[in-house]
Amino acid sequence: MAGLGHFNYWVVVILMMIGFYAVIARGNMVKKIMGLNLFQTSVFIMFISAGKIIGGSTPVLREGVTVYSNPLPHVLILTAIVVGVATTAVGLALAVRILEAYGTIEDDELIDPAEQSPDETQPGMSSGKGDTSA
Amino acid sequence: MNIVEWLPFSVLVPLIAAPVCALMPGRTVPWLLAFLAALTSLLITAIALPVLWQGEISYPFGNWPPPIGIEYRVDAANGLVALLVAAVASFVLPWARTINNFEVPERQGIFYALFLLAFAGLMGITLTGDAFNVFVFLEISSLSTYALIAHGWDRRALLASFRYLIMGTVGATFLLIGIGFLYMMTGTLNMADLAERLPEVRDTTTVRAALAFIVVGLGLKLALFPLHLWLPNAYAYAPNFITVFLAATATKVALYVMLRFVFTVFGYDYSFFALPLTGILLTLAIAGMFAGSWVALFQPNLKRMLAYSSVAQVGYMVLGIALATSAGLTAGILHLFNHALMKGALFMALGTLFWRVGSVRLDDLSGIGREMPWTMTAFALAGLSLIGVPLTAGFISKWYLIIAAMDAGQSWLVALIVITSLMAIYYIWRVVEAAWFSPAPETRTPVSEAPLSLLIPLYVVVAANFWFGIDTRLSVGGAEAAARALLGGSP
Amino acid sequence: MRTNGILRVIARFLIPLIMLFALYIQFHGEYSPGGGFQAGVVFAAAWILFALIYGLDAALEVIPERAQFVLACLGVLLYCFVGLLGVILGGRFLDFRPLLDSPHAAQQTGIVAVEFGVGVTVAACAMLFFTFFARRKREIDAAEAGDDA
Repeated sequence: MAGLGHFNYWVVVILMMIGFYAVIARGNMVKKIMGLNLFQTSVFIMFISAGKIIGGSTPVLREGVTVYSNPLPHVLILTAIVVGVATTAVGLALAVRILEAYGTIEDDELIDPAEQSPDETQPGMSSGKGDTSA
Repeated sequence: MNIVEWLPFSVLVPLIAAPVCALMPGRTVPWLLAFLAALTSLLITAIALPVLWQGEISYPFGNWPPPIGIEYRVDAANGLVALLVAAVASFVLPWARTINNFEVPERQGIFYALFLLAFAGLMGITLTGDAFNVFVFLEISSLSTYALIAHGWDRRALLASFRYLIMGTVGATFLLIGIGFLYMMTGTLNMADLAERLPEVRDTTTVRAALAFIVVGLGLKLALFPLHLWLPNAYAYAPNFITVFLAATATKVALYVMLRFVFTVFGYDYSFFALPLTGILLTLAIAGMFAGSWVALFQPNLKRMLAYSSVAQVGYMVLGIALATSAGLTAGILHLFNHALMKGALFMALGTLFWRVGSVRLDDLSGIGREMPWTMTAFALAGLSLIGVPLTAGFISKWYLIIAAMDAGQSWLVALIVITSLMAIYYIWRVVEAAWFSPAPETRTPVSEAPLSLLIPLYVVVAANFWFGIDTRLSVGGAEAAARALLGGSP
Repeated sequence: MRTNGILRVIARFLIPLIMLFALYIQFHGEYSPGGGFQAGVVFAAAWILFALIYGLDAALEVIPERAQFVLACLGVLLYCFVGLLGVILGGRFLDFRPLLDSPHAAQQTGIVAVEFGVGVTVAACAMLFFTFFARRKREIDAAEAGDDA
């Protein structure tokens, strides 16, 4: 076992693979979004683990402390977490809309868009065909 | 007026206009706000471009000097791309007003706010000199894009947007991993500083992995084959204004970022020799060119056909870059510029047709050339540019691409470029033939020509195709300056 | 959940404390872990707890949806305004030095103001997420009832 000191990075790899597997192999949309979250979380752990200096204390300026851990990864990951939250929100909103439009959020039951019957057309200026879309 | 002080406002004006726009009621005020913001960005980037051909501009935010602070670092390469994005937004918005009133009639304040965020995000990606800032702006523009695509009238727009969300976020996270590795090895995020510090730590697995992650992550965003699967549906089912804007800007900016990382941060000699990047990019580019053109031949939905054509065109751009020569890089950047004009005009013509007819399927559009001659002529002219007929912008970029391939000793590539151009002739001809030489379907009520408010912006963009096919000082000059800036003096 | 005594008592006790803690995190962000993002989310969590226990309508009377939307926009505009203030007073964007005389106080004020904008926007956005999702079923049912009627 290459160094239990690298335990953090093992966790990163395992979580990343679990998340990535969920994104690719799971058909349910909410599971895909959760997989995406796991994937992103593993990246966050990797960044933060890299920021910790052995022997460094928390990056709050005070007397008697000479070695601080690096605060920059924390700030970067804070931004990335917010990005992840926003992505999850947009993804879930889309999942809700898809559920309303199609009645299901399982990939197997959703027909591949390319094979569906002719595109639904918007009631156009002079279009005589097409039904209104959901 | 010192352009250095005003440069970041090409990002900040749309960014500040976005929340203001979200609060505005009605239809005219949001559109006007978006248009004014786009014009401001265009003005600033246009004034900056000649200055950038002399040297680069650096704007440190908060007056914190780099590499401590985040800076905007603009040279000829990103100046050109920024000008392109701002120009596309400014020229398409007048056309978009009528189109959006038809396709997205409600809550236009929020729609244009999302558009402004996407626009500001793309400008921010282009202008910044900090690697993590690239990720943040990439996500800003991507999230707005997912929401904008979901505004499409067809319910499949939701599926397309969801697919794009999943793939786009995976791509952005890969980019984040790559940036993380670079930060771990060098301790800095500023791209110029990374370029200085990387040579010492170059031969580690971490840096090689960083390059791989960054290339794959950005490859997803620029629709490099086989990571292009999100693009056809996203372009086909988005509202027409969004399709025009995305087709002309989103993949181009992602390509620019890849150029920046590969050439400036990692360095030309490292990127192409530490990893077999030439071979990989060349293979994927050729595969994209053929796969895109081939599938486009059989598409009944014209927007999807053009979307697959975009995949092929991205293949051309990456082909130029994979040649790893200055001429190849110039050709790739030139095609980046010209393709925005071509696809912009084509999708605008299709959007105008949709506005009248209500459909973009080839069967529904038979005989439309007799009823809407001006619009179809615009489509045909832009199609000529896509094929690469002399006197058009498309010809110029294909010419430079062929010259670059021959200079690099890869003459067999010329045959591939010609074959895929022939395929382009076929799928454009399909449309022209159906529009003029086929009878109209009985189910379609006769339509009249589009109004001037749509035709004039359309023809401005079509005319740009011919302008840049004849007067190439801006496009070729800009591409050459960009290539010089990226290569930084090495051959 | 309104009728559940335990939940009501605990909520009545906890929600103000959570909001207070959110404000604490917000303004202590410069010298201890904290800042705008975290504070915004905690504040929104307090409001969401209220909505869960007392019902969405009661919660929307406290902070209506329009107010949430406007606050979200205003937070971003506050951030940009502080940045522009730096430009107007002669520096670069987001330059805090021209804001006040003492550079230390100027940085502090700038950071606190900017983080406050972030906190307001994040709180408003998190509340908006909850509102939009929670109201969806009701909107769809109302639309269907309207179609049938």
